[in-house]
Amino acid sequence: MAAQGTVGEKAKTAGFAHQRVAFAVMVAVLVVAPFVVYPVFLMKALCFALFACAFNLLIGFGGLLSFGHAMFLGTAGYACAHAAKVWGFPPEGAILFGTAAAALLGVVTGLLAIRRQGIYFAMITLALAQMMFFFYVQTPFSGGEDGIQSVPRGTLLGFIDLSNPLAMYFFVLVVFLAGFLLIYRVIHSPFGQVLKAIRENEPRAISLGYRADQYKLLAFVISATLAGLAGATKALVFQLASLTDVHWTMSGEVVLMTLLGGLGTVFGPVVGAFVIVTMENYLTELGQWVTVTQGAIFVACVLAFRRGVIGELGHWLKKPL
Amino acid sequence: MTGISTQALFGQLLIGLINGSFYALLSLGLAVIFGLLNIINFTHGAQYMMGAFCAYFLLTKLGLGYWWSLLLVPIVVGAIGMLIERCMLKPLYKLDHLYGLLLTFGLALIIQGLFRHEYGSSGLPYPIPSQLEGGQNLGFMFLPNYRAWVIVASLAVCLATWFVIERTKLGSYLRAATENPALVQAFGINVPRMITLTYGFGVALAGFGGVMAAPIYQVNPLMGADLIIVVFAVVVIGGMGSIMGSIVTGFGLGVIEGLTKVFYPEASNTVIFIVMAIVLLIKPAGLFGTQR
Repeated sequence: MAAQGTVGEKAKTAGFAHQRVAFAVMVAVLVVAPFVVYPVFLMKALCFALFACAFNLLIGFGGLLSFGHAMFLGTAGYACAHAAKVWGFPPEGAILFGTAAAALLGVVTGLLAIRRQGIYFAMITLALAQMMFFFYVQTPFSGGEDGIQSVPRGTLLGFIDLSNPLAMYFFVLVVFLAGFLLIYRVIHSPFGQVLKAIRENEPRAISLGYRADQYKLLAFVISATLAGLAGATKALVFQLASLTDVHWTMSGEVVLMTLLGGLGTVFGPVVGAFVIVTMENYLTELGQWVTVTQGAIFVACVLAFRRGVIGELGHWLKKPL
Repeated sequence: MTGISTQALFGQLLIGLINGSFYALLSLGLAVIFGLLNIINFTHGAQYMMGAFCAYFLLTKLGLGYWWSLLLVPIVVGAIGMLIERCMLKPLYKLDHLYGLLLTFGLALIIQGLFRHEYGSSGLPYPIPSQLEGGQNLGFMFLPNYRAWVIVASLAVCLATWFVIERTKLGSYLRAATENPALVQAFGINVPRMITLTYGFGVALAGFGGVMAAPIYQVNPLMGADLIIVVFAVVVIGGMGSIMGSIVTGFGLGVIEGLTKVFYPEASNTVIFIVMAIVLLIKPAGLFGTQR
């Protein structure tokens, strides 16, 4: 952790200035966007963008491929919807409750999953997520195939009526930006540096005295929590929590978004999420072709385009984005 | 154990053994592929589904029955697999193994999407071969002939695979290449061809499983999608170190699942995942595996 000296600090500020510019551009676009584009579509994309950013924290910086992230998205969605609808929680309370539920699930599943690495880690997370899926199929509170419908959006902090689409949009935007900045901070913290060291060479990091398992578990829990934040917010946006959000296809989708945008890039997952959500929006009438297209993008990305959109752009500009 | 009839118990035990046969066949294929290629073949479920569809096509388009399918389908599905290996998987061996997982996942999406587009998600019927119709009354239960055949045939195929890999010269080359491909190549064995054939063989096992499954479960584009996740859990439980391990784990978990259906049906979908969690806590490398 000594690498965080003053010299490094200065070089860093200069080196990452372009990321601040990119961030400013992103915020500006997102503030103007709801006046041009349909807000519900944007809110959906923002929720998925946060979901993908949370996922990217794990794969891009920890080297851990989770194939079960839908369980956090879906669990938080169910918990948030239940709290808002049945217990009458205000929106901020319901979202916090949903996020906490995902965090708790993250601790339990994380403790199991980090016992293995690489391919096994992916298979274990997938299996655990499938277990959660069956749990939600059977448990009565989740409403089975119907899910939890007509969840009230409520009034934020007692005075902002979230049934107004624009108010809801800017609330979602604030949630997204808060999550994004938190991830940015984590990546650039000493914790993030150690995480990268573990990704590159775990035995060496251990021999340097870092407790790799604790770092991996914490990264897993942060990732799960933020995925939960995205899921809880999504449940309020669509006023619905359903089995779609816990199914393995959703876990695959977030992998796809991150891969397409660029694994281990800061802005890649956001771009990937917007591209995939847009694609699904336009291809819905084509039914199964959505799945086929998604599969084709997977294959193309892995074979020829491993840096992803933002990764390629950053490579071309010679600056990490 | 009062309140549970022996009929129900043995009935579920039989279903458990049938499911176990498919778990064993598929996890064996995954283990063989993983051993040499270090890739987890996510397409395995889709290839199992292709096996069942291939049998259906042979019957409806060419009039070739079950026994021909049992012979031809593994060859066809295996050949398609080898093509995939040569064109797509080969460039990935130098990279992180996770890319192999992502690529095969994408392929599975493409294949399943195309079949669903063409055949919807309702199942197509496939008849039980006439020689295996009917069943035996064993006194305590009724045993349909076809189901008995599935268990015996898959057990035989699994054991034959084990024999080839563990007891023959060809198998010793394979095991040597798993340990140290560069050295085996230096001894004059064509390792890339061996890799292709191994992938083809693993996939052929999945295709064989698909033909066996066609008369029991209906032929359905998504028949492999959920199955493959359970098989992954089976693989984690058994560990991929040993061939016999994946056979034993496959059948064993099928039986455990069947018994759960009798004693606590609510947990029958999840019991394998719970077993996986327990095994991870006690023996993270899997029951038969070695940590690598």
